[in-house]
Amino acid sequence: MEFGPFLLLALMEGLVGAAVLALTASGLSLVFGVMRVVNVAHGEFFMLGAVAAWFVSQWVPGPPAVAFAVALVVCPLIVAALAALADLAILKRLKHEPEATIVATIGLLYILQQAALTVYGPEARPVPAPFEMRLQLPWFGWSGYKLFVIGAAAAVLLGLWLMLTRTRAGLVMRATQIDRETATAFGIDVTRVHAGTFALGAALAAVAAVLIVPIQQAHYLMGGDPLLLSFIVVIIGGLGSLRGTLLAALLIGLSDGVISTFFQPTLAKIVATLLVALVLVFRPQGLFGARA
Amino acid sequence: MRMLALHLGVLAVLAAAQFLLPAYHHTNAARIMVLAVYAIGYNIAFGYTGLLSLGHALFFAAGMYATGLLVDRGGEPWLALLAGLVAGGAVAGAVGLLALRTAGPAFMIVTLMFAQAFHLAILYWGGFTGGDEGFTLSGAARRLGPLDLADPTTRYFVALALVSVAMLGTLALVRSRLGRVLVAVRENEERTRMLGYDTFRAKLLALMLSGLASGAAGSTYGLMFGYVGGSFAAIQYSILPLIWVLMGGAGTVLGPLLGTALMFYLIDLSSSVTTASQAVVGAALIGLILFAPRGILGTLRERGLRGLP
Repeated sequence: MEFGPFLLLALMEGLVGAAVLALTASGLSLVFGVMRVVNVAHGEFFMLGAVAAWFVSQWVPGPPAVAFAVALVVCPLIVAALAALADLAILKRLKHEPEATIVATIGLLYILQQAALTVYGPEARPVPAPFEMRLQLPWFGWSGYKLFVIGAAAAVLLGLWLMLTRTRAGLVMRATQIDRETATAFGIDVTRVHAGTFALGAALAAVAAVLIVPIQQAHYLMGGDPLLLSFIVVIIGGLGSLRGTLLAALLIGLSDGVISTFFQPTLAKIVATLLVALVLVFRPQGLFGARA
Repeated sequence: MRMLALHLGVLAVLAAAQFLLPAYHHTNAARIMVLAVYAIGYNIAFGYTGLLSLGHALFFAAGMYATGLLVDRGGEPWLALLAGLVAGGAVAGAVGLLALRTAGPAFMIVTLMFAQAFHLAILYWGGFTGGDEGFTLSGAARRLGPLDLADPTTRYFVALALVSVAMLGTLALVRSRLGRVLVAVRENEERTRMLGYDTFRAKLLALMLSGLASGAAGSTYGLMFGYVGGSFAAIQYSILPLIWVLMGGAGTVLGPLLGTALMFYLIDLSSSVTTASQAVVGAALIGLILFAPRGILGTLRERGLRGLP
């Protein structure tokens, strides 16, 4: 293939990655913004979403599209419920203190990973795509499902945006983010807001996983990469800023796609991790965030 | 004085254990003592100075690889060991210069990212480092002058010597002027700075000492057990010292050794009952942070043993 079409393919693959990354990272960003919690177990919520999608695909009869639709609704709900439980049982009792919660979510990460290994096993398993369609471009063919992933991710993110800016729940969340004490004084049940935010963040990761799992297989160790990439995105975009997160997801997703196509993926990751460390040291508000 | 006697007593018990314990535990005990040196190093940063790092595997692996690569290419083991120590301290100094500009969660993530970059670099330049599979060290490479580290008894006493130096060193540190400044930084950095102390310098020194001990542990671990591999640079090896220190008691001299030994045997015992040893680690972390954030010796110190350093 010539360079032009090859670059186009790399960009299109990058866009799929960016869409899924934007979903996962916005969940992490939301949790950090509202609760000031760095959730190290976020990647495991992603993994649980994918594993749950595989179980749904086994249990729901009929065409793959039905199972997929069920998974898209049920898996995020299961993961959200689990996350809310974890928040109420563990994080709330630590008063969401940053250092203690990081230690606790590392513990959660180990437990979830082990649970997935025990219940689901060490194999990587594919989940059938809801539909098979091929887009034939002049130079190469592309799976129509990937286009659907981009569209679906955009739709979910738009929904999240509307929820945060237009609904009462979003207002309450933003109020808690800006000033926890004043929010409490105005009768907002901060405990419920925190549990809800943690659940929503986890659900976003699970949606991303259900979308990606027909392309990438479900595996109990699959949470590592999305976690690392989400961290990178959230930090470069500015901690807690949703707009910055989306911009950074696009940037990182696309460059990851391009760099991984033309160079070694490991080299891309080395560059990205060093970049993150340096951004945090020299521009803690992120590349797009406003000065705090 | 009583406290010095207590610590010397613990070391004497460890020395006697070599003759009392069945042979199965000798290798384990040597392993625990070397890893405890790593935990002691971690404790200087986390326990006494309040620097929660998630990237100490970088310092451990820096020491291990500096020594391992040198002896593997025919270097003199003594010099290689020294190189490992220097590597641990120097890398910690370099990371500290950058990472200490941040604090709290940002510090954890910066250290995590540096360690992650190093781990990935080991995998990427696999031709030079052996990548994920690592490499084994030959018998000649593991001979420190008259000491053959492949011999279990020698290994045990070398590990004991190392842990003694690390433990008595920490004891001296916490009783020194610098040690008190470090604790002051942990308790209230602003006020310490206001009193005229250069807190950045103090934190950097603490991190370098911590890296030095971690590098020493990594370096001897490689020589003693004859294997250098990429997994020692992975995130797990940054989490483990955190767990050991949390369990034994952060900011106590004996805590890291106690925590390392307990956790080692907890995993050892649980893996004979269940395969889910990772869940045990996870549950231990959550349980400790929820119910005993000060660890075993930290809780004892609150409940009466006031003078415990």
